[in-house]
Amino acid sequence: MTDITLAELCIFACSEAFRGNGEIIATGVGPVPRLAAGLAKLTHSPELLMTDGEAYLVEQPVPIGPRGYDDRKAAGHLPFSRFFDSAVWTGRRHAMVTPTQLDRFGQINLSYLGGSHAQPRTQMLGVRGFPGNTIYHPNSFFFPAHSPRVFVPGEVDMVSGVGYNPAKRVAGGNYAGVDLRRIVTNLCVMDFGGENADGNRAIRVVSLHPGVSFDEVQAATGFPLERGEIIETPLPDAQALEIIAALDPHGIRAGVIKDNPPARRP
Amino acid sequence: MKASEMTTKTLDKRMAARDVVASLRDGMTIGIGGWGPRRKPMALVREILRSDLRDLTIVAYGGADVGMLCAAGKVRKLVFAFVSLDAIPLEPWFRKARESGRIEVLELDEGMFQWGLKAAAFGLPFLPTRVGLGTDLAELGGLRTVQSPYEDGETLIAMPALKLDAALIHANRSDWRGNVHLFGPDSYYDEWFARAAAKTYVSCEELVDRMEDHHPGDAHFNIVERCFVSGVVHMPCGAHPSSMPPAYGWDMKAFKAYADAAKDPGDWAAVADRFVGASEQAYLESIGGKEAVAALPLPIF
Repeated sequence: MTDITLAELCIFACSEAFRGNGEIIATGVGPVPRLAAGLAKLTHSPELLMTDGEAYLVEQPVPIGPRGYDDRKAAGHLPFSRFFDSAVWTGRRHAMVTPTQLDRFGQINLSYLGGSHAQPRTQMLGVRGFPGNTIYHPNSFFFPAHSPRVFVPGEVDMVSGVGYNPAKRVAGGNYAGVDLRRIVTNLCVMDFGGENADGNRAIRVVSLHPGVSFDEVQAATGFPLERGEIIETPLPDAQALEIIAALDPHGIRAGVIKDNPPARRP
Repeated sequence: MKASEMTTKTLDKRMAARDVVASLRDGMTIGIGGWGPRRKPMALVREILRSDLRDLTIVAYGGADVGMLCAAGKVRKLVFAFVSLDAIPLEPWFRKARESGRIEVLELDEGMFQWGLKAAAFGLPFLPTRVGLGTDLAELGGLRTVQSPYEDGETLIAMPALKLDAALIHANRSDWRGNVHLFGPDSYYDEWFARAAAKTYVSCEELVDRMEDHHPGDAHFNIVERCFVSGVVHMPCGAHPSSMPPAYGWDMKAFKAYADAAKDPGDWAAVADRFVGASEQAYLESIGGKEAVAALPLPIF
């Protein structure tokens, strides 16, 4: 089992986020989250809906990377023109994404870094659909390089997604849909099941990848982490590895984490 | 006389691209259909770039349309949720404009954006939404809240109507009267740009005189009614370099050259001719003509 890569372990860990979600749209943005959603559908959660990455709903997850245009077999249609009506604003979706920053409240940013909103130092994508996603449906996150630049001290530069920050909550708003689930990184798996000194939700470590210590994770994080009942992150089984390989025939997953290390540190 | 021969006068909304641009004014709010690098009315955008129009407020799910208009100094204010070329995630000319602090912005969530178009379409001052609560959007955008008058008393963001003086969209097919057909997997929010605008100008790949005589079986592709179309411009390849399925895919080589030019030489005036051309015909010739566009493969996601 020495040839299992850390990327494959992360895909397996990410796929667990989609377990038991019911008939919702599983959206994985980026190779690892997308492979994870496909793996979940082909193993424990066949009821998941997903798209081909464009506008068609597929029952067979579409492999990532170059392929024939018509390889996907459409079972349904979910274009952007219906996406808010059907998936986002009805709460029937779970997205796994990689924002640029995430803070101790689970607030995320992909709009800009530094400077001001009027004149950012580094302009990024813009908030995209994050404000709506985070107030309406479950969200999880994958980060290939766990560091304090991602898990920032203080707050993110621009709050593009709703977190568990009481100071940000306009009185009278309905935040019942805010549901931040799982954070998978190259070091560990975390969730929002902790509680800080103020009684608010806090991020806690729930599993460490083989050979990683809590202290190493804490040192790579810009805010204090809680400790859950920490286990070792499980390795993917043979069936999972076979499905991952089939969904990623070009080996794109090998380029996600720096140097493509093995799952178990040598 | 047969009933089919009774119509003697045919409504005719055909226009030239330069006449569309001539009907626009400095300071107008202009919506641009499509999504990122997909089904953008780029030929009409290029016609704006060839004109003296300025101080525009641009409302778009942005791609190179937004990047080019920003680079050329046409934009006073931008209403956006993202600006991206997909495979080139960060639109380089838009970044330059933002990082110089030159343009005013209203940054919105993708869903709020279409909600604002719908408010405008229905003549409402705003539509309520939860989206934006708990983020920086409301404060940065000056968005106000409203309280539900019913027992729940819920506080919601009042998403203001995004009223457009004009909208530009690119359709696969139209007739002279503005009966449009939009094919492809996704028409995004083109229909709502059209309904939110005082005037909508449609460029199209294929133009016919009377839709019912040529394509009566395709009526379900008419996703927005002709009362929302003011002018029709026949403009084959008019979405290039963005994609226009099923006719052609995006031109990633052209996008890459355009993105590279933002670094070197980094000056729009020095490269505008390459990406805009003196005329649409000259532009088409410079990219290899219609055959080259027709050969662009559809993108795979």
